[in-house]
Amino acid sequence: MDHPIKRDHARFRKIIKGKIRENLRKYVSSNDMIIPKGPKRFAIPVPHIEIPHFRFGDRSQGGMGQGKGQAGDAVDGQPGDSSDGQAGQSPGSKDVEVDLTLEELAQILGEELELPNIEPKGRHQIESQKDRYTTIGVIGPESLRHFKRTFRESLKRQLITDTYDFKNPVIVPSKEDFRYKSAHTKVEYENSAVVIYMMDVSGSMGDEQKEIVRTESFWINLWLKHQYKNIEIRYIIHDATAKEVDEEVFFRTRESGGTLISSAFLLCKDIIKKDYDINEWNVYPFHFSDGDNWSLDDTKLCLELLEKDLLPAANMFCYGQVESRYGSGQFFKDLSERYGERSDKVILSKIKNKEGILDSIKDFLGKGK
Amino acid sequence: MSELEKTKPLSGELLDLQRVICKYATDYGLNFYEVIFELCDYETVNILAAQGGFPTRYPHWRFGMEYDQFSKGYAYGVQKIYEMVINTDPCYAYLLNANYLVDQKTVMAHVYGHADFFKNNCWFANTNRRMMDTMANHRSKIRRYMEKYGADEVEQFIDKVLSLENLLDVHELFETPELKRERKDIDKLAKEEKQKGPDDDRSEALRSFMRSPYYKDKDGKGGGGVGGGGSGKKDKGKHKKHEHQNSDSNATTTATPTTTTAATSTDPQVQGPNHEGEGSRSEARGQQIQKLPSLPQRDIMSFLAEYAPINEWQSDVISILREEAYYFLPQRMTKIMNEGWASYWHSKLLTEKALFASEITDFADHHAGIMQMSRKQLNPYKLGIELFRDIEFRWNTGRYGKEYNDCSDLRQKENWDLRKGEGAAKIFEVRSSHNDITFIDEYLTPEFCERQQIFTYKFNPRSGRYEIDTRDFQAIKLKLLTSLTNFGSPLIEVADANFANRGEMLLHHHHDGVDLDLNYAQETMRNIWAIWRRPVNLRSKYDNKEILFTFNGKEMNPLG
Repeated sequence: MDHPIKRDHARFRKIIKGKIRENLRKYVSSNDMIIPKGPKRFAIPVPHIEIPHFRFGDRSQGGMGQGKGQAGDAVDGQPGDSSDGQAGQSPGSKDVEVDLTLEELAQILGEELELPNIEPKGRHQIESQKDRYTTIGVIGPESLRHFKRTFRESLKRQLITDTYDFKNPVIVPSKEDFRYKSAHTKVEYENSAVVIYMMDVSGSMGDEQKEIVRTESFWINLWLKHQYKNIEIRYIIHDATAKEVDEEVFFRTRESGGTLISSAFLLCKDIIKKDYDINEWNVYPFHFSDGDNWSLDDTKLCLELLEKDLLPAANMFCYGQVESRYGSGQFFKDLSERYGERSDKVILSKIKNKEGILDSIKDFLGKGK
Repeated sequence: MSELEKTKPLSGELLDLQRVICKYATDYGLNFYEVIFELCDYETVNILAAQGGFPTRYPHWRFGMEYDQFSKGYAYGVQKIYEMVINTDPCYAYLLNANYLVDQKTVMAHVYGHADFFKNNCWFANTNRRMMDTMANHRSKIRRYMEKYGADEVEQFIDKVLSLENLLDVHELFETPELKRERKDIDKLAKEEKQKGPDDDRSEALRSFMRSPYYKDKDGKGGGGVGGGGSGKKDKGKHKKHEHQNSDSNATTTATPTTTTAATSTDPQVQGPNHEGEGSRSEARGQQIQKLPSLPQRDIMSFLAEYAPINEWQSDVISILREEAYYFLPQRMTKIMNEGWASYWHSKLLTEKALFASEITDFADHHAGIMQMSRKQLNPYKLGIELFRDIEFRWNTGRYGKEYNDCSDLRQKENWDLRKGEGAAKIFEVRSSHNDITFIDEYLTPEFCERQQIFTYKFNPRSGRYEIDTRDFQAIKLKLLTSLTNFGSPLIEVADANFANRGEMLLHHHHDGVDLDLNYAQETMRNIWAIWRRPVNLRSKYDNKEILFTFNGKEMNPLG
């Protein structure tokens, strides 16, 4: 049994999480991007829960210390950050660093935005079997013999049959006494997903727009990672031509020149065709742009590609339009004319500014597909 | 010890070590309750530390929070708990199983210092030495309330009460059942005396003193709850209050119907109108209904437990938290002395007796770590040990008293030595009879401050940094004493429970130069309001002006 303090601890963490939940909106749009470091954990500073007391204000009057120096010399550092190695009970207004795993963060995101869990494509689940040795059986290989259980069985039998001799307590197991560790097979379903981000990096997409895309894709990744065991993420950038890049480049590149969205769609189609069997993979193409396409012809081509190749393969197609000073936003109109603003398969979202990110995430992931 | 703690008693080498250290400690004259050491891993130490050293506490997230901090502190190597000891009889102390042997020695010696302090310092005289059991009882009581009234409900209430945790009356530490009984006897005497009428032979002054509200107040406070005797306590309190209302209202006046007892506890508005200012206290007219409290009361928790319109379980929760707060109070009041005393003894025992030559470097390293001085705050361990050593030195050499103080020859003063040899006896006397305030007040000397390089600092807005302010002795002493006064908390008392005759509570803050933090004050008043259920007023000063703050359920006005 766990120590009762674990319950107190869990309760504390819940309260802290509640705090985060309240502040989530502000938090997401803050400039501090959270990039997972190390294997899985990262730290978020949250305020220490401080029960209010009557206390003295204005502590800027200073304090007391020991050491050399004359009046007017600096007391190095700021008071309050004690680094003494002692178990002090010195009260302080220190922030507690509360670790959250990505998993927990995703949960908070899910709860806050009321995101539905995703129903993976039903027939495309892969079953995998896992054996865990948790039970006891009467047959098995000698190498898995459970000595204690076997001994107990023989002892039981000898006591019942009254062949147990107190003076000479030798236990002789017979065949039916033998017990073996036995495996319990558990079926686990694995489902895989691929997210393909396409971003317009033409001249009209500024740093601010890219920052928005970056933040948003971080949260989308977080959620999808939470939902799928096996997830792959691919990045495509395009202006008039498209190319696949790694994450680093995706977020940093700034190209100039015209925009042909179809180029990205074409590449996306190729990637899906080449690497992913759509019967086994849940495919999520996301496209971010400022909505300026080069020509009407190209838009036509885009819609065709979407209709014929991308939509049949994908769970849903998401288009996020980031507001920019230069962008006309025409592509959003074109898409919504074709599919309507509330289509199930094609999800459209406009992101005005950083504050709009959460709503947009909700647009994208709120369908549960 | 509960099984969950995974502590185990000492054995083998450590047990031998304990016997040796214990012997040394006793030889030096330390006097303590039996100390039981338990060995545990860091996880357990963290849990215990989070719970103030006790294996069981009532369920509350604050312990979870402490635990969170301790375990992270340990995991990331920020802090490590070397030693923990609790003030009980027998004294329990914990050793971390991963420590080096020399560290264990140091810790043991240190613990014996604490144990001696707990037993002999007068501020601890009335502490409950069976607190381990009491804490366990508190736990089961609060859990029962949680089952009955809902965990959230109870937890919320606890949160509110914890807001008042620092509104304590240090004099309550000397309250004992005997004293209370004695006072009651005196009260009874006064009553008899009244009945006797004017012909008894005692002086008027004496009789008047006997009847003074001082006694009534103390009595009215009722069961201070030393035993934490939950539900029964409130009734007792009520009963007593009732009783002395009767005793006040001798024949002459009083329309107080007996039924007010019930009414007062559910609705403070009904509590007797306040006739102060009408001279109703004059002997001739007899006493009207008492003002509540008759004298300002600092023990706000007990006041609320008794008079707030709350349920019995809530009143009990207040009493529980109050008892725990008072249990820890002496430790808050003697931090410098207690740590100084323990450090003094670990240093002495180890360097003079217990250390092997091979261990000296490790010990010195560890000891220096504990004594580390900081430019940002005074280290109580360092300050305490140095003061005790200074006292010992001064009383050994006779550097005290008029003759020494009046001596103006610096060289003579420098080499002053009367070979009095009173040092050892003196420090034992000091550890028995002082708390941090009186300790500093009495024994901090200019020479000491200079030697210890103590300074005060303050923020310089022009340079944007903290700068050394002064090394002036009076300034240092004043600052230190101010920070220790009323264990560092503002002195606030209940002045009137029927303020403006509207059943509002009036709190009075004794302003000693530092303003209150108004944000905190507002939130604290919100919590008091939630318990008192009528507006809460606070008389204080802000920016050198007298201000009456009122909290009406939403916010505090004026906001300052």
